[in-house]
Amino acid sequence: MKARVHVMLKNGVLDPQGEAVRHALGTLGFDGVNGVRQGKVIELDLADGTSEATINEMCEKLLANTVIESFSVEVV
Amino acid sequence: MRAAVIVFPGSNCDRDMAVALKAAGADVSMVWHKDANLPDNVDLVAIPGGFSFGDYLRCGAIAAQSPICKAVVAHADRGGYVLGVCNGFQVLTETGLLPGALMRNANLKFICKTVGLKVETSDSAFTEGYNAGDSVAFPVAHHDGNYTVDPEGLAALVAEDRIAFTYADNPNGSINNIAGVLSANRRVLGMMPHPERAVDAGHGGTDGQALFRGLVGQFAQA
Repeated sequence: MKARVHVMLKNGVLDPQGEAVRHALGTLGFDGVNGVRQGKVIELDLADGTSEATINEMCEKLLANTVIESFSVEVV
Repeated sequence: MRAAVIVFPGSNCDRDMAVALKAAGADVSMVWHKDANLPDNVDLVAIPGGFSFGDYLRCGAIAAQSPICKAVVAHADRGGYVLGVCNGFQVLTETGLLPGALMRNANLKFICKTVGLKVETSDSAFTEGYNAGDSVAFPVAHHDGNYTVDPEGLAALVAEDRIAFTYADNPNGSINNIAGVLSANRRVLGMMPHPERAVDAGHGGTDGQALFRGLVGQFAQA
């Protein structure tokens, strides 16, 4: 089985990289980009039957820094 | 005083740290990250700067899971002293020994220069060689030094006088200009600037000597 973990900076945490990307899009002439948030996607190839609770534990212990990041898990 | 300097793959300030500690009179041993135990009777663990594990995933995240870090956390829990500089500070936040996190610099640039700092408290073994309010100059060299902490955490740092150093001219966007913070028991210090790069006249400044001398002197008196 596979799972896809999305890690994003929490709402309210300023994302300077996203802000730089937003600015660059404006420079390219794309109007109306009101905000950009940049995160990461981590794909896990897992033993069948791995529970969502175990995947959540992986996120909390390593994949995300929950001080500044939130995560969501998608089993695919 | 017996000090241990942790070496990760990608550490690059480990020898500078050892030289600074030895110059202040400490007995220093280098400890590889795969070791599960610290040398006996270690008083201080120093986690040096660098790019442990290539900064993969997040700065300090992989190092924080290494075998030696369990021993470092146990050492801190026993009331042992820990100094984390630059990548070492990032490792300490990732282990949870210090609150907050270090994000990408606000201007997105790697910053490598000497910066002015203000000593915010002399109430710790690390800063007792200074007076609160002193101005010092230490080099910084980092891409991810933008310190952040939630409002409750910040309030606790302020109320408990746990902000050790602040930037005179904030280079990286850190909240409240924070350059270094102490643990609740004041025995763990994490800071982005490099005191070990300011201990010899050849470095262009010696403002870091007081930190190492104060720390080692603490044990000489005991």
